[in-house]
Amino acid sequence: MRRLLWPLVILAALLAVNVLFTPGFFSIQVREGHLYGSLIDILRFGAPLILVALGMTLVIATGGIDLSVGSVVAISGALACLQISQDAGVFTAVVLALGLSVALGVWNGFLVANAGIQPIIATLILMVAGRGLAQLITDGQIITVNDPAFKLIGGGYLLTVPFGILLVLAVLAVTAFLTRRLALGMLIEAVGGNAEASRLAGIRARGIIVMVYAFAALCAGVAGLMISSNVSSADGNNAGLWIELDAILAVVIGGTSLAGGRFSLAGTVLGALIIQTLTTTIYSIGVPPETTLLFKALVVTVVCLLQSAAFREKVFKRRARTAGAQEVAA
Amino acid sequence: MKKERDVVMAVPEPILRMTGIGKQFPGVKALDGVDFRLLPGEVHALMGENGAGKSTLIKVLTGVHPVDTGTIDLDGVPVAFTGPLEAQRAGISTVYQEVNLCTNLSVAENIFIGREPRKRGRIDWKRMRARAAELLARLDLDLDVSAPLEAYSLAVRQMVAIARAVDIEARVLILDEPTSSLDAGEVAQLFKVMRTLKGEGIAILFVSHFLDQIYEIADRMTILRNGRRVGEYLVSELSQVELVGKMIGQELKELERLHGEAKRFDAPLVEARELGRPGAIEPFTLTIHEGEVVGLAGLLGSGRTEVARLLFGADHAGGGEIAVGGTPAALRTPRAAMGHGIAFCSEDRKADGLVPDLTVRENIILALQATRGWTRPVPREQQDALVGKYIKALKISPPHPEHLVRNLSGGNQQKVLLARWLILEPRLLILDEPTRGIDVGAKAEIQRLVVELSDGGMAVLFISAELEEVLRLSHKVGVLRDRRLVAQLPNDEELTTEVLMETIASGGRP
Amino acid sequence: MSALASRQRYLPALVTGCLFAAMFVAGGIRYEGFASGQVILNVFVDNAFLLVVAVGMTFVILTGGIDLSVGSVVALSTMIAATLMSGPGWPPYVVIPLVLLIGSGLGLVMGYIIHAFDIQPFIVTLAGMFLARGLCYTIGTESVPIEDATFTAFAQTRIDLFAEMWISPSVIIAAVVVAVAAYVLHYTRLGRAVYATGGSEQSALLMGLPVGRTKIAVYTISGFCSALGGVLLSFYMLSGYGLHAVGMELDAIAAVVIGGTLLTGGSGLLLGTVLGVLVLGLIQTIISFEGTLSSWWTKIFIGLLLFVFIVLQRLFSSRSSR
Repeated sequence: MRRLLWPLVILAALLAVNVLFTPGFFSIQVREGHLYGSLIDILRFGAPLILVALGMTLVIATGGIDLSVGSVVAISGALACLQISQDAGVFTAVVLALGLSVALGVWNGFLVANAGIQPIIATLILMVAGRGLAQLITDGQIITVNDPAFKLIGGGYLLTVPFGILLVLAVLAVTAFLTRRLALGMLIEAVGGNAEASRLAGIRARGIIVMVYAFAALCAGVAGLMISSNVSSADGNNAGLWIELDAILAVVIGGTSLAGGRFSLAGTVLGALIIQTLTTTIYSIGVPPETTLLFKALVVTVVCLLQSAAFREKVFKRRARTAGAQEVAA
Repeated sequence: MKKERDVVMAVPEPILRMTGIGKQFPGVKALDGVDFRLLPGEVHALMGENGAGKSTLIKVLTGVHPVDTGTIDLDGVPVAFTGPLEAQRAGISTVYQEVNLCTNLSVAENIFIGREPRKRGRIDWKRMRARAAELLARLDLDLDVSAPLEAYSLAVRQMVAIARAVDIEARVLILDEPTSSLDAGEVAQLFKVMRTLKGEGIAILFVSHFLDQIYEIADRMTILRNGRRVGEYLVSELSQVELVGKMIGQELKELERLHGEAKRFDAPLVEARELGRPGAIEPFTLTIHEGEVVGLAGLLGSGRTEVARLLFGADHAGGGEIAVGGTPAALRTPRAAMGHGIAFCSEDRKADGLVPDLTVRENIILALQATRGWTRPVPREQQDALVGKYIKALKISPPHPEHLVRNLSGGNQQKVLLARWLILEPRLLILDEPTRGIDVGAKAEIQRLVVELSDGGMAVLFISAELEEVLRLSHKVGVLRDRRLVAQLPNDEELTTEVLMETIASGGRP
Repeated sequence: MSALASRQRYLPALVTGCLFAAMFVAGGIRYEGFASGQVILNVFVDNAFLLVVAVGMTFVILTGGIDLSVGSVVALSTMIAATLMSGPGWPPYVVIPLVLLIGSGLGLVMGYIIHAFDIQPFIVTLAGMFLARGLCYTIGTESVPIEDATFTAFAQTRIDLFAEMWISPSVIIAAVVVAVAAYVLHYTRLGRAVYATGGSEQSALLMGLPVGRTKIAVYTISGFCSALGGVLLSFYMLSGYGLHAVGMELDAIAAVVIGGTLLTGGSGLLLGTVLGVLVLGLIQTIISFEGTLSSWWTKIFIGLLLFVFIVLQRLFSSRSSR
């Protein structure tokens, strides 16, 4: 639990800042049978990021990284919208989009686990080509769709709650079930923590690695549906742009080490919420929204410095030295 | 300051003299008052088993670690290096087993990088290549100096490393296990180079696990044991048996065999026939019966671990076959071996045993979970019961299943690893140095456990550097030397540590 | 065998060169007016800034690192240059050195953090990317036109070559950068230390090379090249804009990889990077000549090429390490 302390403190601080500037920040109302409020908005707009970050968490826990999720977001949204615009039916569209996403994830996993290519390089391929693929699907256009069933995924409400939030909760529950109730989490952590020891303990690392990349792509696919559904259109060029970087950031803020091993789903959710709240906060306190990136840069730097053993050692040593000097002086 | 002691007669003044070196690491005294000297123009072997302090001595000498006590004199001048680089500049160069060169660069560059000859500010490639070729010719090597180093074998890379060291005007050359992955021809080539250098007055400190090589090339040796110096000897005056005895050490006490009366084994469990792996272990034939403890004795690097890894499928065999319970089995992966009821507690707990960031419980359950796959988790109650049982049975301390394994002591980490395999109830348990680096109490517990397990019908392959321990536990002892299984001796009254040492020293030859 | 081995390092660049030649020939056969010298020169004119950025990226990748910040630093440079020239009306000969200084400074700081605190280059330069892009937007969210007379005059200069072919001054600047960089990599100790660090950092340290200084240096060089790339881009665009050069880091990385430099470091030629940029540029040219093929095919082709080259590298490295 101690690992979640700092993210919690940061999130609380951000929320506190909001209350200062927007007194009614915490109020949640029901209007026309829908939940309304700033907190609900943070959850609703943060939903795609949380999804992508959940998938990224498992990938990073195996010691990998997936740069291609942003492209998968675009591809999934593009394919779904294309199908719907061709009257294929929402169900078919969703199944096709998610199926393609998983296939792309398996491709990444295959390159990493079987071909032995460094994850950052292997997923770079799809990161570059995927954008083109998404535009190929939409034929370079922004496909606009108008389908109430599809609208539900990212913009609709179910039982007064935004559907996106429910979806995130469902994926979170499934992920938590797979990793913590079933043994997937432990095996992932073992592979990421010590690959050779895992092999000697009889763990089939390849299958697990392919699976986490497929899962990350599936999460990205769902996020892609959500984003395109929310704006009722697919933009192959800009949908999910840089979401992979935000997702990696969320994972790192949540206390999962980029070196692999121990991961924390709760931490990742917190990390994603921090990023989303940061964006909201910047809007609400009247700082130009363009500066969000500056704050992100600051957060990444601080978090990484705190996680760096070399940094801690340097700071710690200096402290120890000054303490020692004081003792001598005394 | 220490007074200079009596000058030894008829010996040239040493280039290097280390006096009363002590080095303490948390929880272990790695070096304790060690004296060491190196004469010009000699090959001096540094001998000792695991944990004897060889590598610490080299690291202290080259400035990787600072000394706690004692002095190092180079040409009679006290020195204290802050790192290998400074040592290098003072004339002490080290060539490691894993050659520390950049294989992506050319041969010539590897010799000269950082000191490239320059002309008008730019690197003079022509002169660099010419000088490299010249230097290598001195070592009797004819290489294309502009080819990348990765085009050449490990042996050649080592020579290039030596050439680099020599060109930095090394006067002391440390060769740390240079021969462990070379074949006979390559070793001969290396020795030729070493003799040339020796003739030029360079002092060579040589570390090798191959006794034959020591007797072929070295003039003098210093033996370390448990961080202390046993002595310095002329190679010509110390027999191989004496050497093995001094390295392993004999405690003259009544040998207590833990097994009751001799058992007869007639149910072969694992039979390896001509199993081998080129460069790691010569083909060997070994049968392990149900309920039998087979001990493997041999010096460090003799091939003990390699035998174990082949039987567990951790490495691919280069030839031969294995039968389990009478039927041929393809043990190509650890998983396959586990399927046949074979378990392997590896020697290097940190690198290929435990996952330090997982808890005691998770580490113990890991192999069992792996056999079930991720979809069928071991129920938590069963986990707690199993883990609790073994924490108690093995006296793992602190007895908390949710502690991170990284925070446990070496002995307790070993017990966690042992527990991981015991819950699988294997038919053959391979233990590679299970008692190394752990305290006496834990050691006795593990020994007793091995006896209990074998009495219960489990076969055990027990690897240890301590001959006494092997004798105490085993029904049969396999002796390894220089990557060959040279003898298999039944453990009866006639088998003593002396006999084992002689077998190791002579390689089973009469 | 060894005579062959010593030439092996030219092989990847040779493959890229052949690819370029094949693409050019195919284009020449297929499209009218394609097979002219000016088409190739235009590839240089249109990609001079990318070439400069890719040169910096080559240094970084040769040490085994990566620099994600280059695109943002390019954008920041255009923004600073445009703002300073249009607002306070600073002259170009003050603004350009300042911009180069800022870019190098950013690179220096990132390199220092990577080296001193042992943090992955990926994350540090990601932070740098956010920072530079954020600074752009903080300066202004609109495109800022550049109207300085000297600057625009220089930008619009055409240098005529023989037979009615021409290039822009940016091409000359890029060529000088390439030449200097090739000299540094091949003929100076810094350059060789770059290769050694990428080959094996541990070994380089034990051989007494200044690994830390080398790492800091390559990120500084990359920062400088990005800033210079930004200046060239402002010549090309005559504006400063926070949305300039979005994703250029990917193009630069792709050019370096297609040019045959190993992403794991230690092996590669600057000539390869030049060819890599040319291949990327020629893909765009072909697609524009094709007319019916849409621009996104560029990305798909680049992705495909990346895949092929990465798999080739993988096969190559697993064979040589045996």
